Amino acid sequence: MINADRPSRKLLRVDQTGLALFMRRYGIGIVMLGMIVLLSVISPTFRKPSNVISILLQISINGILALGMVFVITAGGIDLSIGSMLALTSVIVGVVLNSTGNIALACILAISATTLFGLINGLLIAKFQMFPFVVTLATQLVIRGVAYIISGGYSQSLANADFKNIGNGKVFSTIPIPVVILFVIALLAYVLMHWTLFGRYTYAVGGNINSAIASGVNVFWTRVFSFVIMGFCAGVAGVIMTSRISAAQPNIGVGYETDAIAACVIGGTSFAGGIATIPGTVIGIVIIGLIYNGMNLVGINSYMQTITKGLLIIGAVMLDMFINKRK
Amino acid sequence: MEQGNNRDIILSCRHISKAFGGTQALDDVQFDIARGEVHALLGENGAGKSTLMKIIIGLFKADKGSITFDGEPYLAKDPADAIRKGISMIHQELNPEYHLTIAENIFLKREDVRGKVFLDKKSTNLKAQQILDELGVKLNAKRMIEGLTLAQCQMIEIIKAVSFDAKLIIMDEPTSSLDSEETEALFNMIRRLKSQGVSIVYISHRMDEIFQICDRVTVLRDGRYVGSEEIGNVDREKLISMMVGRTVKNIFPKTECAIGETVLKVENLTGKGFSDISFEVRAGEIVGISGLVGSGRSETMRALIGLDPLTSGKVYLSGKEVRIRSVRHALRLGICMVNEDRKNFGLVLHRSIRENISLPNLRERHRKGLINKRREVRETAEAAQTLTVKAASLELDAYSLSGGNQQKVVLAKWLMSKPKVLILDEPTRGVDVGAKSEIHSLMGRFASEGMAIVMISSELPEIMGISDRILIYREGRLNGEVMRQDILSGKENQETVLAREF
Repeated sequence: MINADRPSRKLLRVDQTGLALFMRRYGIGIVMLGMIVLLSVISPTFRKPSNVISILLQISINGILALGMVFVITAGGIDLSIGSMLALTSVIVGVVLNSTGNIALACILAISATTLFGLINGLLIAKFQMFPFVVTLATQLVIRGVAYIISGGYSQSLANADFKNIGNGKVFSTIPIPVVILFVIALLAYVLMHWTLFGRYTYAVGGNINSAIASGVNVFWTRVFSFVIMGFCAGVAGVIMTSRISAAQPNIGVGYETDAIAACVIGGTSFAGGIATIPGTVIGIVIIGLIYNGMNLVGINSYMQTITKGLLIIGAVMLDMFINKRK
Repeated sequence: MEQGNNRDIILSCRHISKAFGGTQALDDVQFDIARGEVHALLGENGAGKSTLMKIIIGLFKADKGSITFDGEPYLAKDPADAIRKGISMIHQELNPEYHLTIAENIFLKREDVRGKVFLDKKSTNLKAQQILDELGVKLNAKRMIEGLTLAQCQMIEIIKAVSFDAKLIIMDEPTSSLDSEETEALFNMIRRLKSQGVSIVYISHRMDEIFQICDRVTVLRDGRYVGSEEIGNVDREKLISMMVGRTVKNIFPKTECAIGETVLKVENLTGKGFSDISFEVRAGEIVGISGLVGSGRSETMRALIGLDPLTSGKVYLSGKEVRIRSVRHALRLGICMVNEDRKNFGLVLHRSIRENISLPNLRERHRKGLINKRREVRETAEAAQTLTVKAASLELDAYSLSGGNQQKVVLAKWLMSKPKVLILDEPTRGVDVGAKSEIHSLMGRFASEGMAIVMISSELPEIMGISDRILIYREGRLNGEVMRQDILSGKENQETVLAREF
């Protein structure tokens, strides 16, 4: 009666559960493959290796943000403050780098700062039972303000060549460093979400917080830690971004949370919490990259791209509800 | 059947049946109420009282049967429709709009308007105040609901019903959270309504009140109609025997096993909904806890395992005093609880069976935070097998399982943690007969392996069949203890047990 095998072996037997399970796991992957095939046919440029590398580079910042965001959403939260965190990273890197010239110190301090704000977000939400939406809407303003104060409101250009290398350099002169970082973070996220206690607790807390409490899960720290991860990822993404634009600016990063959330949702993350996979999220990230890249290649303007992205999010949610018959 | 042949019947239900899945909640039930009468509806937990009321107010549709109301065939589409037709129900849990005034609450969605757009507050307030005064409720209609006592909110609810010209008002346990003074005020209101020709269905477990305020009583048992009587023709004992019937069958065979040392002992536990609870449970023993819903049974257990706060009292585990701070702590000590609400407190429905079973057990089975998947798959499969969970794969969502199988998954998850004390709250509710007896024999097996088991159940035959000892709750306190020998010897039976619950 009991079958502990993975369900994929049973997929040939097309019953409803099998099909639903299949679509849930791989449905969005099929969408991505469809997009790749379509773009390859339409645009010869799309198939060039240089374009593939450029897509990967384009998605690296949003990818890192989305890989943090997926933990927050899965635990039942949301983080709107990551755009401001990017700006905070940028100005801290700028100040430290221009005064000491120490790249490592600049990066560590900047990432620590965003991680700390992630911790604050998490504590406010988990300790005082405040809505994540409201808390991060507020801290977004606070963090942005701090960034302006640190920078005095001015942009600073960064001349340090080694620092520029983080965002623009390549490993083996082919793969850009941000892509490598994205890859490493994706791997870490995969292990964390799918192989560890924390990941399992994240699913339980987001899926049904009462059951999680009744099962002895430390709900408090699970929720807090999801925001800490988000803060850390925002810091890493911020360093890459600062390096790529070679300037410390307090006004960057506005609206970045949208793409990160979109990637999660397109990748099958349930906004109700408790359901997400890292491979799905990575696919969501790639799909967003494909929308930008593909539409650029085909010559559709950026306004249309925005509209498409919006419609795709709605489509992804509807697909998710349809497949899982869930509200 | 009707002795009073010249009674003016306002509501008449005939041959009402209703099934939910496999369980027959109501089976050919009849129910008659006369004009201006206060009619008690009595029965054990799950006898079908609320199902019948929900059919009357249009929340459920009867599978069979017909209702006549005020001389006409009656069928309510929904509660709003029932209210329009003259039947209102005062629920146990009230949900008024706290930020609106009394008048606004009473006339919600039928406010007086001027020029089709603007609310005519003046005339609405005036009308509301009129009814309040008429019924002797000393409140200002312009006051906000927020800050009113529960009893006052209840009055407002009743007044709302009256404002709809209700001919029949159903009250579900209206006095459950009222003090004696408030109860008296409610009774005065009921008498006033009665004198105006309004009929009342009065659902309550409190016998004294039924004798005090009701004219007639109808008893339901296991979804069937037992009988209706003038209140003057019955006494307490008669009503209890009507509720229980005389069919005690030992349909829950118990595995006899050796009883060992005391594992769990609690002294004077007090918290919200219960006070001064003391008992102990030994290894290999199954202690049944019986009592009406809301008598404090579940509340005690929830507080015991750290899900709700405990005001005072002591807990000893294997002779050592422990202060349980959280469920996590209880779990570490080896106490776990299968919650009665398995959808909200037992399972994460949209995660797999495997993840649900392993959730509380990963703490002892990880290495530096990493889960050993292979071991997890093996152990959860073993646990599921022990409990005969029927599923195509353990990777399926818990959501996709039947009630009985979901319950087995919950049991599997706690069994895997190898507890010393297992608390089960209504472990067989919503479970089909086959799975039910499986769960019972599993409980016997766990006990024989030395586990101390506490089982809360609303089903008397179940609790009497499987327990070594039964603790009886009455209104938040323990009201007696029944030993298995006394049941076997016939000294105690369902009636004597039930009598202690009322």
